Amino acid sequence: MNPSIYLEVVVQGVLTGLVYGLMALGLSVIFGVVRVVNFAHGEFTVAAMYAAFLLFTLFGIDPLVAMVPIAVAFFGIGYGLQLALVHRFVGRAEHEQFILLIGLAIIIVNGTLLIFGADARPVRLPYGFDSFLIGPVIVDKVRLYAAAAALTVAAALFLFFRFTATGTAIRACADNLVGAAVVGLDVRKLYALTFGLGLACVGAAGALMETIADAKPELGPVYTLIAFIIVILGGLGSMAGALVGGVLIGVSEALAGLFIAPSMKSMVSFALLILVLALRPQGLMGRRT
Amino acid sequence: MIEALNPRARVLLVGLLAALLAAPLFADRYLMSVLILIFYFAYVGQAWNLMMGFAGQLSLGHALYVGLGGYVSALLWLKLGIGPWLGVFAAVAVAAAFGAAIGWLGFRFGIAGVYFALLTIAFAEFTRIGFDHIDYAGAAGGLFLRVEETGQWWNLRGGTLMFYYLALALAAGALALTAWLARTRIGYQWLAVREDEEAARALGIDVFRAKMAAVLISSGLTAVGGVFTAFYNNSLFPSRVFDINRSIEIILAPIVGGLGTVFGPVVGAFILTPLGEVLTALTDRLGINAPGVKAAFYGLALMVIIVLRPAGVWPWLARVLRLTEHRR
Repeated sequence: MNPSIYLEVVVQGVLTGLVYGLMALGLSVIFGVVRVVNFAHGEFTVAAMYAAFLLFTLFGIDPLVAMVPIAVAFFGIGYGLQLALVHRFVGRAEHEQFILLIGLAIIIVNGTLLIFGADARPVRLPYGFDSFLIGPVIVDKVRLYAAAAALTVAAALFLFFRFTATGTAIRACADNLVGAAVVGLDVRKLYALTFGLGLACVGAAGALMETIADAKPELGPVYTLIAFIIVILGGLGSMAGALVGGVLIGVSEALAGLFIAPSMKSMVSFALLILVLALRPQGLMGRRT
Repeated sequence: MIEALNPRARVLLVGLLAALLAAPLFADRYLMSVLILIFYFAYVGQAWNLMMGFAGQLSLGHALYVGLGGYVSALLWLKLGIGPWLGVFAAVAVAAAFGAAIGWLGFRFGIAGVYFALLTIAFAEFTRIGFDHIDYAGAAGGLFLRVEETGQWWNLRGGTLMFYYLALALAAGALALTAWLARTRIGYQWLAVREDEEAARALGIDVFRAKMAAVLISSGLTAVGGVFTAFYNNSLFPSRVFDINRSIEIILAPIVGGLGTVFGPVVGAFILTPLGEVLTALTDRLGINAPGVKAAFYGLALMVIIVLRPAGVWPWLARVLRLTEHRR
């Protein structure tokens, strides 16, 4: 076997992992601020994949472009969902939040199944099989574009949280909720904004994911679990951790697919999750609270 | 709060049990199969309820114990000719061993709440993919029990009638066990741990032991349900039995009926299963090929219940029909 294949697989894993990371970033942001675990995260991702599929099939819009309107639409969905439904669960028992979102997840999975059927829905891009030759390594064009777009969105989100007044206000809510309310921040609105931003990440990640994987209803729970594994690996609330965790999972799955068997690759992720939960529950980059 | 049925409710309960015992006299095969499903979900729901409803430990991986129970008993029967009445002990032992491993990891390393739920999912998914590659157990292609051997109740090879009474006995037995456990020392310890772990520890309760007891009992009981499904359905596929959707199905009835109540899982199963069947029949009648309708409805039911009645249907029902005397 050509030794450069290992490098290729690793590069592929890194690129896929960045898209995973963007998806997980949404989960991390929502949990870090609203303290609600979005158990429908992967299902929303798959819904975004279908949205990208529809926009491409009906209007021929490249998912790299469609990602913008999809992210905006998902922001709206998240904002409305938080205000209408999730907000009344803030501060309630963990299992009640969990059950609410599991219910939502089941509805999304089966809703997409009803509308689109069980068959995979791929997007056939004209440059879908193009690749770059960087040194000895062949890199898929779609994967490279998707990863670059994911990094861009993640960077934009990071800058928003770091340098805007609203971003600072949201971080204040995460750090000290009572304090934030005392200085007069509209927590309800900021929470809705945060959930919206989290789902915007999902919308963008889903659109990008559609270029490297085919939309299928049953992918929902799979992506939810991947997002959770990444966030726990990287450390909840750590934005950089989500990207690092995503890359880690992307690479480990790619390598496991190469060395063990493609069908067993997620076993490695689950084993990693169990290990991290037991040995370093704050995640690789998180701080113990 | 322990639900104490008043005399009127006791009469109703005995009447219901008598009606169910006599049901095979007038029910057709279809109705029987629906009742079997109700009993099954009441049973496994009860097992899950002991762990989550009473001890407060959220497991989203109970399909693991169902699958292990089913696979162990089916393999013993197929490969070694050991019947399920013996095999069930091995099934319970294996499932309880997995439960012990998960519980030990979770409770020793302080993995709580959502993290614990994820741990249980991780174990179930890990096992699912593992079984996909165990050739001895049929791998992804599944394991099949021969259906032509009937009329051997001692090997659980029988018709609908046998499985009907078995399922009824399991559901009733789990109900009685829960009602009893809720009044024992460990039952009260579970409630204390569920409400406030620190306070429970301060009272001198061995929290680790109480939680481990809940996991062991719950996983063991669930494995018996697995033995039942394996021999009732005659087939096992890793992608079916260990699937996360199976775990979610198990938790539906107790949540809808009422978490942490003795009658919640039964009430929930009696509500959800028939509604799901009606929905399937309705879409069939309308000629719509709608594979996700039933599940989507279950998802909606979960959301509606948790928004409107987070305590479940049973506490409300009991109040409206005045079935319980609330003692502390």
